[in-house]
Amino acid sequence: MSKAIIKVSDLRKDYHVGEMTVHALRGVDMEIHEGDFAAIMGASGSGKSTMLNILGCLDKPSYGEYQLDGVNMGTMNKNQLAGLRNNKLGFIFQSYNLLPRTTALENVELPLFYNSKVKTKERKERAKHALEQVGLADRMDHMPNQLSGGQQQRVAIARSLVNDPVVILADEATGNLDTRTSYEIMELFQRLNDNGKTIVFVTHEPDIARFMKRNIVFRDGRIQKESLVTDRFNATQLIEALPVEEDYES
Amino acid sequence: MNYINLTKIATTALKRNKFRAILTMLGIIIGVGSVIAMLSIGESSKQSIREEMSDMGTNMIFVMPGQQRRGGVMMGNSNTKTLTLNDIEALRKEAKNITEVSPQVSTSGQAVNGNNNWPTTIYGVDIPYLDIRKYELEDGRVFTEKEIKSLAKVCIVGQTVIENVFNENVDPIGQTIRFGGIPLKVIGVLKEKGENGMGMDQDDMIIAPYTSVQRRMLAITHIQSIYASAISEEQSDAAIEEIETILRQQHKLKEGDEDDFQVRSQAEMVEMVSSVTDMLTLLLGAVAGISLLVGGIGIMNIMFVSVTERTKEIGLRMSVGGRGFDIMMQFLFEAVMLSILGGIIGIIFGTALSYLASFALNMPFVVDTQAVGLSFLVCSVIGIFFGWYPARKAANLDPIDAVRHE
Repeated sequence: MSKAIIKVSDLRKDYHVGEMTVHALRGVDMEIHEGDFAAIMGASGSGKSTMLNILGCLDKPSYGEYQLDGVNMGTMNKNQLAGLRNNKLGFIFQSYNLLPRTTALENVELPLFYNSKVKTKERKERAKHALEQVGLADRMDHMPNQLSGGQQQRVAIARSLVNDPVVILADEATGNLDTRTSYEIMELFQRLNDNGKTIVFVTHEPDIARFMKRNIVFRDGRIQKESLVTDRFNATQLIEALPVEEDYES
Repeated sequence: MNYINLTKIATTALKRNKFRAILTMLGIIIGVGSVIAMLSIGESSKQSIREEMSDMGTNMIFVMPGQQRRGGVMMGNSNTKTLTLNDIEALRKEAKNITEVSPQVSTSGQAVNGNNNWPTTIYGVDIPYLDIRKYELEDGRVFTEKEIKSLAKVCIVGQTVIENVFNENVDPIGQTIRFGGIPLKVIGVLKEKGENGMGMDQDDMIIAPYTSVQRRMLAITHIQSIYASAISEEQSDAAIEEIETILRQQHKLKEGDEDDFQVRSQAEMVEMVSSVTDMLTLLLGAVAGISLLVGGIGIMNIMFVSVTERTKEIGLRMSVGGRGFDIMMQFLFEAVMLSILGGIIGIIFGTALSYLASFALNMPFVVDTQAVGLSFLVCSVIGIFFGWYPARKAANLDPIDAVRHE
């Protein structure tokens, strides 16, 4: 079996709202291995967002252990966690979160600004390379408002790739996109995964989850079901099968 | 994160909001500009007053009759007749720290020539007076000892009087002016001197032998004041002391008696005027300083808005690895850049303003380098001080909330 990138055991998270205690996670055991492409699914309130926050080192668990690429994040302070996010993680958000009035290239460079080991020249080259990987080599100097939704999400994906993370965490990455563009984005994800990238993808859409290798369903703060996807979608084939329609977005 | 990156991030952020950055800087620009302008204009007016006063002779000393009461209330010194020609004699003989002495008696009246007349003042003086007061002759001559002794009806006139009393193209030398009913022959013309530091016309005067004015016009035996020159400006204080000692002896004042005269030096006057302008400069500078403070508050205000507006950006920066410290430094840098950039523009603006002012007011152009350095320093401090709180707020945001902030 390949190396475990994410190893979570008996993870709990409680929130205190006034006098009430909300148990967002009630003991989660989970492993994500190198080369995995896992969907975390569940209705709202199931704990999947909390799980993603903890996996993304943005939040700390109340109880339990989380090892990311062999590092135990429970013992780390805020600054060390920031370093961990910078070196080992790539984030993709539903609303892209690109900096406005900043070129695609500069947006992709952003994570490397917080890595003092990367010099200016290397930073630019790596950002260019990441943009090439997502097929936006010709849009480097475009501002986000000059790009379509799909293109903006590609820039965000390039940004998550630029620091060569051990795992990419995507939060409803296709939530704002139409079907065709969603499939195109999933095609990109599948290609990245084929090239060895480990991806954790939070979604509530079952048909998007079918693009992945494995589905983990959360319910009431626990894993309800964990399954391998047997009849996996191939994005490239699906796009070809889509009816030819008026294309509003390229 | 290194500082080059930090500067880049801050500049890009400012460039994204150019108009707002300029508006924010405006407070600092006006603040610094007015501080620089006020201090520079203050300094140059001080210098111009100093220059003008030294034109009157910085080593000049004058003695007025009068009693000075405690608390500085002066009592009717115009009627005091304590100074006499004997005092002049005594000073000439005994004082070692002064080079020249002259009595002065004066009276106002109409100077008449033909159909022209002009209200002016006639000063009855001795020959050294012109030296002491730094008056120069443009034409003609000074009266002689003989003319003084014989109460000669001669005079030297200033340019203002000439302009008003004589028709154009008339050579005043040899002409006659009637003053207080007495005809005076013009033997000399004074060079133009212009206004003094207090705005008084120094050319509006007639000079005559003191004997003539004292006896023929005023019919008195005492003199109204004494003018003297100290050996040098530095010797002024010593000279004052010496004059006081000699005059006390002359006036037979006992120990404990108050002086029945006052001795003042030009150096003292310069100091006094300087201290007044210093005070004024300080006051104006303080007002300008307040506007600088207001500018700083403007920066804080905008930084707060900026932090709120860019909450999502802050969340994103944190989730890609920005530490709280990095975020704080970014916003602090932005605030400092705003204030320093505003400061630099303000310095240029203030310097230009004081240049224009010195040009318009005909004063020497002085840039108060201390003020420039100080306001630069103050700007950086303002940037850090007013940028600190918003920057801390940004740094303490929770990345989870921030990145999902709408």
